[in-house]
Amino acid sequence: MKSGIEFVSDDLRKLQADDFANPGMLWVARGEKIWGEAAGNGGKSCAACHGVAAKSMQGVAARYPRVDPGAARLVNLEGRINLCRDRKQQAQPLGPESDELLALTAYVAHQSRGVPVSVTLDMQNRKDFERGRELYNRRIGQMNLACTHCHDRSWGKKLAAETVSQGHGNAFPAYRLEWQSVGSLQRRIRACFYGLRAEMPPYGAQELLDLELYLAWRAGGLPVETPGVRR
Amino acid sequence: MFAAVAGCATSAPDAVLPYRVDGDAIRERLAAAPGDAARGKAVVVSRDSNCLLCHAVPDSGVRFMGNVGPSLEGVGAQLTEGQLRLRIVDSMRLNRETKMPSYYRVDELNRVAEAWRGQPVLTAQQVEDTVAYLLTLR
Ligand code: HEC
Ligand code: HEC
Ligand code: HEC
Repeated sequence: MKSGIEFVSDDLRKLQADDFANPGMLWVARGEKIWGEAAGNGGKSCAACHGVAAKSMQGVAARYPRVDPGAARLVNLEGRINLCRDRKQQAQPLGPESDELLALTAYVAHQSRGVPVSVTLDMQNRKDFERGRELYNRRIGQMNLACTHCHDRSWGKKLAAETVSQGHGNAFPAYRLEWQSVGSLQRRIRACFYGLRAEMPPYGAQELLDLELYLAWRAGGLPVETPGVRR
Repeated sequence: MFAAVAGCATSAPDAVLPYRVDGDAIRERLAAAPGDAARGKAVVVSRDSNCLLCHAVPDSGVRFMGNVGPSLEGVGAQLTEGQLRLRIVDSMRLNRETKMPSYYRVDELNRVAEAWRGQPVLTAQQVEDTVAYLLTLR
């Protein structure tokens, strides 16, 4: 099993490895700032409850998406952060792909850098997982291809100028040159839907969460890289 | 053929015309006019068809070409007109697991984005033009 970083150019690999040059670190730094700021009617910051992120958030991202006991549904890291915004801070949830949500997610996930991805499958997430696997293997769009056709059966090959990777999510949120920004795993998956000329699920859609869970399961053991750098 | 019954409710009635498969080929033209190789080349190098995402065509003048599929160099000598036509129209008829998209088909597709729903990737004439061009690759 290979992380996507093994398929990018040397330049990008160096960029990702150097915290002073990695553009994604700007989002991490912004996330660190927001972590310490009081928000919402509760008037509390993330830090007020969770303390030092390097301790309290270490390894957390590697276990997501997971079924949240309180919400009793599958949530990804962004969704979990928004649960705290809503319930613990009494603040407005942050919009998908908003700079603040990306920054906080990148910051929290960064605390797991190097930790192996490990989601556990159980009775609670089994259905989500099965749906994710089914969608991953279903041909979609006018191009009539499934994720598996590229990311299991064509990795290492060239799609025009790009080398197809195994399609793991362990680097996200990641900085993409094409976006000139950090973006979420859902944004990356939506880009693949778009390329296949398939209807894109909206951000936060159950289908995307299911796919995220399936991706996390198949990436089991790969280290979290956030913030990754990609083309 | 089922491709004709095709289309379900969403496709224009004439989006995909009926055709007949003989063995591994479609022998008859899909369009009235014969294919034009020059127009076919334009189809192959275009971003609409995306052929070069997966295939190399030497002398196409395109800088980045993929290799998810085999190089199309010499394909005009290896396959007949009818064989090329079927491979472009619907390679899944030859191999359910193929990674080659079906270019002239609207049925049994999943969640096609609205802008493309009910339309094949290529028109019948574009398929003919593409076949004519591929036949020149010898
Ligand atoms: C036609 C081939 C193709 C298909 C089909 C496809 N992708 Fe991709 N995908 C790519 C390419 C090309 C990239 C960018 C290079 C890379 O990392 O693979 C990519 C990147 C990714 C990445 C980011 C990997 C990284 O390390 O940055 C993920 C995750 C991903 N795809 C998931 C999916 C999912 C889920 C599906 C099915 C809905 C899918 N892809 C379908 C071609 C494809
Ligand atoms: C008022 C206290 C409080 C605040 C403020 C708060 N949280 Fe939480 N957070 C919790 C508690 C308690 C949990 C455990 C789950 C639960 O009870 O809902 C939790 C769980 C989490 C988790 C999941 C941890 C895991 O192991 O799965 C993450 C991630 C998280 N919080 C991030 C944040 C972020 C980011 C902020 C700021 C935007 C924040 N929290 C603000 C109390 C808080
Ligand atoms: C997503 C990748 C992809 C795209 C896009 C694609 N092909 Fe293919 N093509 C393949 C693969 C893979 C094969 C190998 C046969 C198989 O997998 O069934 C193939 C096979 C072929 C063959 C048969 C070659 C042989 O030697 O048997 C022809 C001809 C062909 N493609 C032409 C085209 C044309 C023309 C286009 C654009 C209209 C196109 N392809 C677009 C992946 C692709």
